[in-house]
Amino acid sequence: MKLPLPLKKVQATTRRQFFGQTGLGLGSIALSSLLNQETPDEPTGFRIPAKAKSVIYLHMAGSPSQLELFEHKPALDRLHDTQCPQEYLEGKRFAFIRGVPKMLGSQFKFQRTGQSGQWVSDRLPHLSKVIDDLCVIRSVHTEQFNHSPAQLLMQTGNPLLGYPSIGSWATYGLGSENKDLPGFMVLSSGGKTPSAGKSLWGSGFLPTIYQGVQCRTDGGDPILFLSDPKGLNRGERRKTLDAIADLNRYQHEHIGDPETITRIAQYELAFKMQISVPEVMDIGRESQSMLDLYGAKPGHVSAAESAADPRTLYKGDDPTFANNCLLARRLVESGVRFVQLYDWGWDHHGSSPGESIDETLPIKCRQIDRAVAGLITDLKQRGLLDETLVVWGGEFGRTPMMQNNVRKNLVKGFIGRDHHPHAFTMWMAGGGIKPGVYGQTDDIGYYITENAVSIRDLQSTILHQIGIDPKRFNYPYQGLKQRLIGPSDEGKVIRDILA
Amino acid sequence: MNSNFSITLLLFCFALSKPSVAEEPVDFARDIQPILAENCYFCHGPDAKQRASDLRLDIEEDAKQSIIAGDANSSELYSRIRSDDPDEQMPPPDSHRSLTPDQISLIQKWIDQGGKWGQHWAYKPIVKPVIEARNAIDFFVQQQLHQQGLEFSPIADRRTLLRRVSLDLTGLPPTVEQINTFLADTSPDAYQQMVERMLQSPAYGERMAWDWLDSARYADTNGYQGDNERTMWPWRDWVIGAFNDNLPFDQFSKWQIAGDLLTNPTEEQILATGFNRNHPINGEGGRIPEENRIDYVMDMTETTGTVWLSLTFNCCRCHDHKYDQLTQDDYYSLFAFFNQTPVTGAGGNAQTAPVLSVPDQPQRLQLAKLKNELSKFESEQKRLIGALNQKQNDWELAQTKQLQETDTWSVWHPESYSAQKADLAYSNDGSLLTSGANPANDNYELTGKSDLATIQAIRLETLKHASMTAGGLARSNSSNFVLTDFAAYLIEPGKPPTRLPFKKAQADYEQTGHGAQLAIDANAQSGWAVLAPDKNVQREREAIFSFEKPVTLSPNAKIKFVLKHESIYEKHNIGRLRISLTEQKNPTLAGDTKQLLAALQQPNDSRSPAQLKLIQQKHFESDTDYQTQATKIDSINSQIKTLAKGYPKVMVMADSPKLRKTYRLNRGSYEDPLNEVSMRVPEMLAALPENITPNRLALANWLFSVDNPLTPRVSINRIWAKFFNTGLVKTLEDFGVQGEPPSHPKLLDWLAAEYRDCGWDTKHMIRLILNSRTYRQSSHTSSHLLELDPDNRLLARASRFRIPSWMIRDYALASSGRLVRKIGGRPVNSYQPKGVWEEASFGKKTYRQDSGDALYRRSIYTFWRRIAAPTMIFDNADRMTCSVISYRTNTPLHALNTLNNTTYVEAARLLASSVLKEKLTDQETLDKIYQRIVTRLPREKEIPILLAGLAHDRQQFAANNDNVISFLGVGDSPVEPNLDPVELASWTNLCIAVLNLDESLTRQ
Repeated sequence: MKLPLPLKKVQATTRRQFFGQTGLGLGSIALSSLLNQETPDEPTGFRIPAKAKSVIYLHMAGSPSQLELFEHKPALDRLHDTQCPQEYLEGKRFAFIRGVPKMLGSQFKFQRTGQSGQWVSDRLPHLSKVIDDLCVIRSVHTEQFNHSPAQLLMQTGNPLLGYPSIGSWATYGLGSENKDLPGFMVLSSGGKTPSAGKSLWGSGFLPTIYQGVQCRTDGGDPILFLSDPKGLNRGERRKTLDAIADLNRYQHEHIGDPETITRIAQYELAFKMQISVPEVMDIGRESQSMLDLYGAKPGHVSAAESAADPRTLYKGDDPTFANNCLLARRLVESGVRFVQLYDWGWDHHGSSPGESIDETLPIKCRQIDRAVAGLITDLKQRGLLDETLVVWGGEFGRTPMMQNNVRKNLVKGFIGRDHHPHAFTMWMAGGGIKPGVYGQTDDIGYYITENAVSIRDLQSTILHQIGIDPKRFNYPYQGLKQRLIGPSDEGKVIRDILA
Repeated sequence: MNSNFSITLLLFCFALSKPSVAEEPVDFARDIQPILAENCYFCHGPDAKQRASDLRLDIEEDAKQSIIAGDANSSELYSRIRSDDPDEQMPPPDSHRSLTPDQISLIQKWIDQGGKWGQHWAYKPIVKPVIEARNAIDFFVQQQLHQQGLEFSPIADRRTLLRRVSLDLTGLPPTVEQINTFLADTSPDAYQQMVERMLQSPAYGERMAWDWLDSARYADTNGYQGDNERTMWPWRDWVIGAFNDNLPFDQFSKWQIAGDLLTNPTEEQILATGFNRNHPINGEGGRIPEENRIDYVMDMTETTGTVWLSLTFNCCRCHDHKYDQLTQDDYYSLFAFFNQTPVTGAGGNAQTAPVLSVPDQPQRLQLAKLKNELSKFESEQKRLIGALNQKQNDWELAQTKQLQETDTWSVWHPESYSAQKADLAYSNDGSLLTSGANPANDNYELTGKSDLATIQAIRLETLKHASMTAGGLARSNSSNFVLTDFAAYLIEPGKPPTRLPFKKAQADYEQTGHGAQLAIDANAQSGWAVLAPDKNVQREREAIFSFEKPVTLSPNAKIKFVLKHESIYEKHNIGRLRISLTEQKNPTLAGDTKQLLAALQQPNDSRSPAQLKLIQQKHFESDTDYQTQATKIDSINSQIKTLAKGYPKVMVMADSPKLRKTYRLNRGSYEDPLNEVSMRVPEMLAALPENITPNRLALANWLFSVDNPLTPRVSINRIWAKFFNTGLVKTLEDFGVQGEPPSHPKLLDWLAAEYRDCGWDTKHMIRLILNSRTYRQSSHTSSHLLELDPDNRLLARASRFRIPSWMIRDYALASSGRLVRKIGGRPVNSYQPKGVWEEASFGKKTYRQDSGDALYRRSIYTFWRRIAAPTMIFDNADRMTCSVISYRTNTPLHALNTLNNTTYVEAARLLASSVLKEKLTDQETLDKIYQRIVTRLPREKEIPILLAGLAHDRQQFAANNDNVISFLGVGDSPVEPNLDPVELASWTNLCIAVLNLDESLTRQ
């Protein structure tokens, strides 16, 4: 028997919704394979050959200065401490700069590194050793110059709250490779989640099954409510779940709703997750030499969250980010699709010594340098770098001018740069990306002069590498085929950097 | 010819295999427009920018050029969609769009049948079908079932029905008493009576409010960086109350959109407008206020568009809609209604004006107490006034005599005087006049003797003079002065000067913010000034400064006065002044004295009202009892004022007095205005009436006018969805051409018309639905039905769906018997794992878990922090933007929550405790637990499974006392001391299992 047409259409969507609900439940079966039955409004045909299986995205929240790390600008150094020319100020708006600021040369030395001989800051000695594995993109630009909207644009394709993050899109499109672990996991360090909060890994209008699962590394449950109640041992819990399953099976015989079967699977997976998550999260299982490669310290509990003064964080070598990098490798190795790291503390305005380029940036560099280099080296050793796309960067760049709203002149501990949306540096590695240097900026790093890369281009490229056609990949919501890269077709895959 | 023939043959085969397609005439709006919208409108639709050619397929005249009615094969449209030639083929291959063979054959059929155009179903006027049946819902549903050869499922058993109605209407399981009452009621209308009881339960408003809060993006903080705490919860309580009072939906809506614009709006109507102030606020340092403001207005526009029209306006921020006939001009014209807000977008104040102060419950009680005291004091005062009035004549005589006899002020003549910069000249009347230099700030020193025995107070007169600006009091631009400091010193030979402190200062006129008291305070820049609103400075003014202690001058002693003018206002130095002294305690100002005497000397019947008032005031003030009473009243009034300052402030709507112009914004950018637009509704819908002023109220009225078919359809569809999990129109948020057509179009229209005709009586509509046969069916699902209609759109059975996470929590608390049934109030912080807020906020937001009853309130009262939503809630709208749909997913994380979260473990223990206290057999205990959780008794097959688990747990717990103690220690509530801990632990674990059954988590 056939349904009248409107209902047939309804049924088609229903089927997707139904499978969508069990997408993670069915785990290893990627959602896309469930969508092979052609129906008008299913997002079919977006799959393309994948270069990478997983993504590790290292987001430096607050936005590091490209002019201290990757952009060697002798011309800017020569202008150091002189008044900024009017041409850079007229018609521009800044978050905090007022009046006419002074130009600020790089606060740290650069040196030629790797086979390519590209200039890299002496604050990143370990990263310099793996520089030939990276594709450094010096020409990224954004539309937003405040943290929350810029982070949201970067991660969700929209500066406002409420849109799905790139990790959610990826798991919606590809599912997870490991049925015992969530497909999209989030780790944070630096004592704070980013300005835009959990919306950065929210699923927006996609079903919440695709939202990022935040793993906590502060000594509590790595995933909320992962531990059994106190006093209830594993054996009893197993018995309880068996009883629930038996009763549910009986209920299914009685009522006949397939949702009940899903429920049984859901509880079974919860139990498996209780076992597998603590295992994968336990970096203590790694060898000492592996820990040293990253600079990781198992069992470290960051005091950051309870720190009255956030600056105490930046003192010393907090290993949380290093631990998270090692965890990220363990997670992708276990089949997690998208691992997102947020490291807070890169917003160096110079409004205090704890937020300055001259005093804080070197500390932050120390916290990530060995860890990131370790991650690249480790992935490479394991043959995972080819199938893992690593992305590093902030949400915008920093101005070639010194921020002047707190101190007008150069004062130790108060040297900083304002937000700069017009040009900044990010890098990608592995996952079918060709190492090298891409894009160029002018003599002082203010504007892009060659191969501009928009946020949409970046997002298109990331989706492309994991086997998704960014233009075809959509989700029907509010009458539109919603896409990560927005409604217009401005975003382009950066073909020049593909291996 | 050959290929044409084979295609025709192929299509013929399709047609054969799909009888439903062949039988029914093709309806343009239902069948064809969605295909065109999906595949063609992107380039041939409303959006002028995207349009690839002149051909528009969304406009009848245009589209008809591409078809020949009755002859698909000769029609351009048809041949293009059928073509294989990449240059001819439509949609073009690079568009990533394509038509299915089904769709192509439908278009062919449509053209062959005459290619009749038709309006999109949602915009058509609502026509209420006339039917004879007793229940319209059952009539229409059954009609469609019969077409498919189906019948209704049997009516569900009574326990299932009771639980279903209870969950649907109150979000809580029925209590054991409710179960017994309903089962015992054998009257024919027992079911209807039960529905009625549930509708009257205060829990009904709480249940209905949740979805409304989702659509209103209600939260207790701003979101973004900072995430400041707001106090919008009185609005939330209003919503709950409005549902419970069954406020008609049109009123409910109009108040929320434009309550402030109603004639003489009540506080409640203004409070309701908090709806559109629930959007997030971005207080980040570097934000441009206008950028924020535009974001907020867009949020209001789109929220209103989604909630009442289910139109997807958000596309039109940047461009014309690609599918619906909504233009960017339409968007900004609707935006214009909300663009009149006085909010500037600056800062992250979570109580950004306009605000309405609404006391919370303790404050209401405190206020009532104070008002009660106030009325007692006031009636005592009335009594005193009565007594005083008796003595009025005596007092007047005595007072007149006293005033006539004493001119208490004696003019003081300084021996030496100087100004820092200006010249001072002395006259015989005791006055000093400034001349010469006219500096920005100047200070005067005057020294002299006095022969008064004790000096109680000083009078300073400021006198006008022709040499002053406008013949007034000073040589400043305004002729005003600011006396910033007035000090007196005792000068005795051979001793350093001693400062003589003043107790108080008063003046016959004080400019706002410039009282005389400010001349004797510690602030060097504040002072006494006298510019009246009429700017007339020709009035002479005086101030009296009373000493703390009376001053006695020895024969050799002198007194020195220092007058300072150190305000930020230039040249505001007193121009001419005179000082007098008095021995009288509490002297009155000369002006007062003169006025009082003049008044007293008037015959009683010719006194002016002002004079009568003055006399009465002076008379009353002279009485100590009256004064005491007045002080008490003042104190109460100031307490009331202080209390009011602490009231929660709810952000509400208002319009700026001046009309703000609205422009279409290029790509939605606040910096890039294009053409100006005016307040109007989208052109594709009926216009606003012509003779009214367009504003939010006009918009609200228009939504509920007969000309607008969308609001009734949209709102009844959402009510329907609460009871069937899916709307008659599945896309609750989109009634445009991309939305889904209704499964039962006639039923939708009947219900929409009924809702409107019955006066938007929501409870009436719910009664209609719940009393229908359709609703009361069993939800048992046969494999036949499952295959035919997996999402139950035909309604041959009742819907079965997982209850939302907020309800799961309420449910567990209610089953345990610990749920606190208090309605409304400040939000509470229940159990939450450590560090969730702190992690999200750099430790700036510390989570302080509440204790006692606050832990067991319904989920709707849980504090909602936008950057870190409550961890007990999963699968909910994120409360960032308007959401009218709810997703239900089933992830392992949800199972972990309901298995391990303190809330559930504790609820299980409390449930076990309360049943075990009854000392029943295992079987009876099990029966009770099952009744409290799933309303029914355990089935025979279930009992052994449960008892086996219980036996195992008893054994395990008996062997490990530490485990028992830890397990029972979960949660703040004390462990029932009179129960065997091993028994309690074992039954607690059993309750966890039952609470996590599919049936418990599901409404069926």
